[in-house]
Amino acid sequence: MIQLDFGAVLVQWPALLRGAALTLGLSAVAAVLGVGVGVACAWARAHGPRWLSALVSGYVEAVRNTPFIVQLFFIFFGLPSLGVKLTPEVASVIAMVVNLGAYAAEIVRAGIETTPRGQVEAARSLALTEMQVFVRVVLPPSLARVWPALTSQIVIVMLGSAVCGQISAQELSYTANLIQSRNFRAFEAYIVATLIYLALSIAVRSLLNWLGPKLIFGRMPNANR
Amino acid sequence: MVDFTLWDIVRNLLLAARWTVGLSLVAFVGGGIVGLLLLLLRLAKVPGADRGVAAYVQLFQGTPLLMQLFLAYFGLALLGLNVSAWVAASLALTLYASAFLTEIWRGCVNAVPKGQWEAADSLALSFGETMRHVIGPQAMRIAVPPTVGFLVQVIKGTALASVIGFIELTKAGTMITNATFKPFTVYACVALLYFALCWPISAASRRLERSFKNGR
Repeated sequence: MIQLDFGAVLVQWPALLRGAALTLGLSAVAAVLGVGVGVACAWARAHGPRWLSALVSGYVEAVRNTPFIVQLFFIFFGLPSLGVKLTPEVASVIAMVVNLGAYAAEIVRAGIETTPRGQVEAARSLALTEMQVFVRVVLPPSLARVWPALTSQIVIVMLGSAVCGQISAQELSYTANLIQSRNFRAFEAYIVATLIYLALSIAVRSLLNWLGPKLIFGRMPNANR
Repeated sequence: MVDFTLWDIVRNLLLAARWTVGLSLVAFVGGGIVGLLLLLLRLAKVPGADRGVAAYVQLFQGTPLLMQLFLAYFGLALLGLNVSAWVAASLALTLYASAFLTEIWRGCVNAVPKGQWEAADSLALSFGETMRHVIGPQAMRIAVPPTVGFLVQVIKGTALASVIGFIELTKAGTMITNATFKPFTVYACVALLYFALCWPISAASRRLERSFKNGR
């Protein structure tokens, strides 16, 4: 007979809460910086010089075709031999930003490519600089179009951050691991952590769906006209 | 002290990569079979199947694969089954792949025009005949590029099996690092091997997608 004892895990709720908070914190920083990297890369691919565009393509392909855990290990274990020493948390954020940046670059690029030519021509005929055209005319509606895909990718990166516990960043999966090493209730600890992840992913998705239009459409002066 | 040449590192990683390939194939094929069954349950309008499968998909797409692996590993042990990391990883990755594949393929079936279903109905074809002769072939054409693309995700997912002690490419990398103290070289080689596995598949998926778009 299997006897499950969730009480032994739930009594550690302050630790679980701290772990969940760090997962959310890492993800929030990674989301902002990662989308920033993605936009910069999308710009470089569309308008940058050829060498920069090739460099960005290489970065995007390299990240998209290797596992996150290997990227994380390379940054955390590999870089110190070049003299770059990082704390687990910093290494985690860097890995998440590098990872999200590559995926976001592809997503944002898809949005930019579907911008009607007339919009760019109209903006140029108003004597906007190339930078103004990109930042004020092309980018906001492009981001609005691909916002659902970006939201999904941010959630995927947040779930992927469970791996960061492996380099002892003290996020949610690390907490679950710590709890089960103390009370040997491994299955219960991971069930609880998994359910918290599920709740987080649903919450973050709804939050971003709500926040996206406020942040992006708000900067689009003619969005509803 | 033994000296490890680059070739020693690469040779051992290549040997371990066989397990990455093996686990990927098991998960991909197993996931395909389970995913197809779930899709058919949904399309056949079995009562409750739509909601049940939707919840299943949400569960697997809304939680970390790492947690799914831990739960399979410790959950099976709790049931009294003494399973190896290989079995636990195969099970978790199969279920994970099935959730994604069933959702991808549902999208492909939905992309087949509704008139095709109605035409099949008006010819009094059974559900099985409709799937086999009308909807299936058309949906399959649409499904090839994203399915091939998902294979890359499965291969990358197998890297997490290293955490529950399954010795594949990533785990071998960790072990070799512990022996050689050359993390930079070893993890760079590991990453390169994953890239060598995944990039041709990504490129094929993109090419298929393009030829499909042009073919229409």
